[in-house]
Amino acid sequence: MLLAINDLHVRYGNVEVLHGISLHVAEGEIVTILGANGAGKSTTLLSISGLVRPSEGEILFDGLALHKLAAHQVVQARISQSPEGRRVFGTLTVEENINLGAFSIRDKAKIARTRTWIYDLFPRLAERRQQLAGTLSGGEQQMLAIGRALMSDPKLLLLDEPSLGLAPLLVRAIFDTIRTINASGVTVVLVEQNAKAALKLAHRGYVLEVGRIILHGESKDLLTNPEVRNAYLGGS
Amino acid sequence: MEQFFQQLTNGLAVGGIYALIALGYTMVYGVLKLINFAHGDLFTIGAYLGLTLLTSLALTDHVGGFLGIGVLALMVMGLVGIIGILLERIAYRPLRESPRLSAVVSALGASIFFQNAIMLVYGAKFYVYPQDLLPKSPVFIFGMPVPLMRILILVASVVMMISLYLFVQKTRIGTAIRAAAIDQGAARLMGIDVNRVIMIVFCIGPALGGVAGMMVGIYYGQINFTMGWNYGLKAFTAAILGGIGNIPGAMVGGLLLGVIEALGAAYISMAWKDAIAFVVLILILIVRPTGLLGERVAEKI
Repeated sequence: MLLAINDLHVRYGNVEVLHGISLHVAEGEIVTILGANGAGKSTTLLSISGLVRPSEGEILFDGLALHKLAAHQVVQARISQSPEGRRVFGTLTVEENINLGAFSIRDKAKIARTRTWIYDLFPRLAERRQQLAGTLSGGEQQMLAIGRALMSDPKLLLLDEPSLGLAPLLVRAIFDTIRTINASGVTVVLVEQNAKAALKLAHRGYVLEVGRIILHGESKDLLTNPEVRNAYLGGS
Repeated sequence: MEQFFQQLTNGLAVGGIYALIALGYTMVYGVLKLINFAHGDLFTIGAYLGLTLLTSLALTDHVGGFLGIGVLALMVMGLVGIIGILLERIAYRPLRESPRLSAVVSALGASIFFQNAIMLVYGAKFYVYPQDLLPKSPVFIFGMPVPLMRILILVASVVMMISLYLFVQKTRIGTAIRAAAIDQGAARLMGIDVNRVIMIVFCIGPALGGVAGMMVGIYYGQINFTMGWNYGLKAFTAAILGGIGNIPGAMVGGLLLGVIEALGAAYISMAWKDAIAFVVLILILIVRPTGLLGERVAEKI
């Protein structure tokens, strides 16, 4: 098991937002976490990345206790995240953003190789490398956020709502790219509100509702599950 | 013309000193969104440490004025940089998650602590820097005599500013500082150890402020334990003028403020020197609330 989360509790002040969730991800998988706004999806990803401290429970990555590490050590353990809202560094150039993604890597030749790969993956970024990231369109910023996260050469990539605010055509392009990234050997955890697209892409899925996992299983089973269909796939 | 030129060079030298101090305010504000009110006192500490080292080591007697002052300046930067790191560890880091006002109060407390500590160690009297460090003969520029010391201070501050600018723009750590100033959470997701970035900022800022204190001692000849208040306030003004959080802004703001003050004192009224500086600040903030080069508004204290 590459990633195992056991009985994770997270509280913000006095309010508990995750009430003991457990999930696991095997190497090479794409696993999606579905749920409505405020269900705790982003909190789950932020606790994996070490930006949010769990109050109870453990997060193990290849046997390493992530919940005891600082955020920058999690990146060194080869987990990276493209966060909700993209959070690119708007007043830095595209290239500076990309290079920051490789902050944990010292090998210059390796950085250059990964950068070439990312510019192949997202040719638009290559065209705009000297442009300030804040001037990019939403879709381009999303590409930048994903490309930046890949610069640290992760084994596990966490993607938080990569389709948010994008036109359907772009969503398809981004999801195709996620498949390519996965095929290159990167395990992916995908948080999405676009449940249909996410389940079509992912091998397995978890459904999160107000801080609890209420369902999990193979994507094809979730796609036909009446509960999921009603709540997340718009009925029909 | 001669008077104008003298005031201009004087203003640039003083402005260079303001700019060095302002950089400390603006860099700390950049990463922590906090005004380090103790920064002016770190400047004072630099002035006192410079004097102590100057008189106790007698370095300038052995290796000559220029080299001696250069070595002492580096020592002062190192020492005040360490004090800056300690200040952050003790007074600010424990309050990182607290409401912002707590850190502001802690900053004011640290300022009072430093001021009193200096007074306890050195006493409340004025100290005089030795005046025979460098040759007295002026340098002639366009046929007009300019004190050597003035040129030296201007050159030294400009060299330090350019070095800092290149460090922040071109190096890996410099880019990390800029990233942490934009979005700390995203910076951490990049694998940046933000605590280390903050430590580096709290080393560089005070180091520059401290060496500025030593420069003031050498330039004006006398220092006092309250000198940090006035210089701190002016440098803070310069940082706001240029746009707080913006590094080139602090440099431009400092130089500009120095020149405005010097010219105002010469052509309007010496007694109104400080008032002129603040009137300019108010006018610029009315026209451009973000400061000359600023992108963000200093919305909180």
